[in-house]
Amino acid sequence: MSVVDPLVTNLTVFVLSIVVGYHVVWNVTPALHTPLMAVTNAISGIIIVGAMLAAGPVQLDTGTVLGFVAVALAAVNVFGGFLVTQRMLDMFKKKGK
Amino acid sequence: MSANSVALAYLVAAILFILALKGLSSPVSARRGNLFGMVGMAIAVFTTLTITKNWVYISLAIAVGGAAGALVARRIQMTAMPELVAAMHSLVGLAAVLIAMSAFYNPVAYGIAQMGEALHLSNRIELFIGTFIGAITFTGSIVAFGKLSGKMGSKPLRFGGQHWVNLALGIVMIGFGIAFSMSPGWTPFLIMTVIALALGFLLIMPIGGADMPVVVSMLNSYSGWAAAGIGFTLNNNMLIIAGSLVGSSGAILSYIMCKAMNRAFLNVILGGFGGGEGVVAEAGDGVQKTYRSGSAEDAAFMMGNADSVIIVPGYGLAVARAQHAINEMSKMLTEKGIKVRYAIHPVAGRMPGHMNVLLAEAEVPYDQVVEMDEINNEFADTDVVLVIGANDVVNPAAKTDPNSPIYGMPILEAHKARTILIVKRSMAAGYAGLDNDLFYLDKSMMVFGDAKKVVEDVIKALQH
Repeated sequence: MSVVDPLVTNLTVFVLSIVVGYHVVWNVTPALHTPLMAVTNAISGIIIVGAMLAAGPVQLDTGTVLGFVAVALAAVNVFGGFLVTQRMLDMFKKKGK
Repeated sequence: MSANSVALAYLVAAILFILALKGLSSPVSARRGNLFGMVGMAIAVFTTLTITKNWVYISLAIAVGGAAGALVARRIQMTAMPELVAAMHSLVGLAAVLIAMSAFYNPVAYGIAQMGEALHLSNRIELFIGTFIGAITFTGSIVAFGKLSGKMGSKPLRFGGQHWVNLALGIVMIGFGIAFSMSPGWTPFLIMTVIALALGFLLIMPIGGADMPVVVSMLNSYSGWAAAGIGFTLNNNMLIIAGSLVGSSGAILSYIMCKAMNRAFLNVILGGFGGGEGVVAEAGDGVQKTYRSGSAEDAAFMMGNADSVIIVPGYGLAVARAQHAINEMSKMLTEKGIKVRYAIHPVAGRMPGHMNVLLAEAEVPYDQVVEMDEINNEFADTDVVLVIGANDVVNPAAKTDPNSPIYGMPILEAHKARTILIVKRSMAAGYAGLDNDLFYLDKSMMVFGDAKKVVEDVIKALQH
């Protein structure tokens, strides 16, 4: 048998994650749909990992500069997303019960 | 770190992201879930730092972006959450485009091609897909941001043959994408990117006002797919997992929003509420309908003597900044032994769950806030319903009048209550431009005025 193409492995992970996402998200209570959106904003900031790899090579050139800009953009999402989610969830906690 | 340990650390981060979403199934576990998400992100970032160079510059970029994000997160008004979310989607889209360009500029750095070797066909296709989803997300979200923040008119912009122009652009874009996949070069890549950017604008411009919750959810989904697309390009499973989680989350929210408005998803995307058919002018059936109106004192008297009160808040409540006043009022009613609850329609705010956050900010206890499906059976047993800043979501025509443009849309069945109080500025129609029969029922009473002023007057009257 020949080696499996990485594309096929990626596709496997992709489809399984969608299945997991589908089940997890349907369980989110409607009251928390706005925090859900804010936290998914933060999670899509994971693209920062790709940006860091782009900024990684030692010699500075167009590619790495694009990477640095992308790192900064994604960092806005990561910090902004998690912190604003926290702020909202704190409101739900304060007077609960 | 070795490639294997990196991959394993990424797996841990991915699991933590799943737990972060799982936590949101209840307000009790949500905060811990968010913490899981932060830890996952920290693991992902530090792991990546060990395999990149230039870490001083990278840390600097993180510090700059992070500080900006933290500042906005602290300052933002809860009413402005939809704009913030839209702005963040655009950043993900732009980052995806930049990363794709960088990957094409220097594929060796990503380990997706050997030195001096061209990109594989599958890499090129992935690069193409990741770029165009990112570009559409970027400009589409900018338009959404402009509309939500009022910097751009929220009126839908339409012109003849719009769908055909979009279709043609889409086909040309795919054409250049295929050309790029066949023989990679900057020319087809850049042309393809520019067309995708234009498409993002054109796709969102014709969508207006009431449909914005769907648009925001949809762009949320796109931003996830953009991240997943970059994951395919870089063969990075964690990016694929996190991206797909976000993608499916946004897709589900879009579906829920469409269902709440009884609209087909495709119909929203193609733009326009009742556009073209034009049956809106049906209010003028010649009969002058009569309604009863009363003062805030009358309203206070009725609520003060009730056993149960349900408040139906709409976005008008937030516009009038009456959330804190309404909480004050419901506390007073609760102290009198009256059962007070809030009934939330899924599209009560400007984005999914928006009204819940606005009420939570005003310190309304979340166990008093009930979703539509749970509370609809209870209206018939309720003494007083207070509709404040809402209109279309309590319009009984959605159930009774097959000719109504909103027929079939799920509503809060306020008309079943014993008495209905409606706080409104005037008799003007709501978002959908429709008259509301609820206002003309014998058991209904209009209280005219600014929502905040009326509620404050009710509070004063209750104190006596």
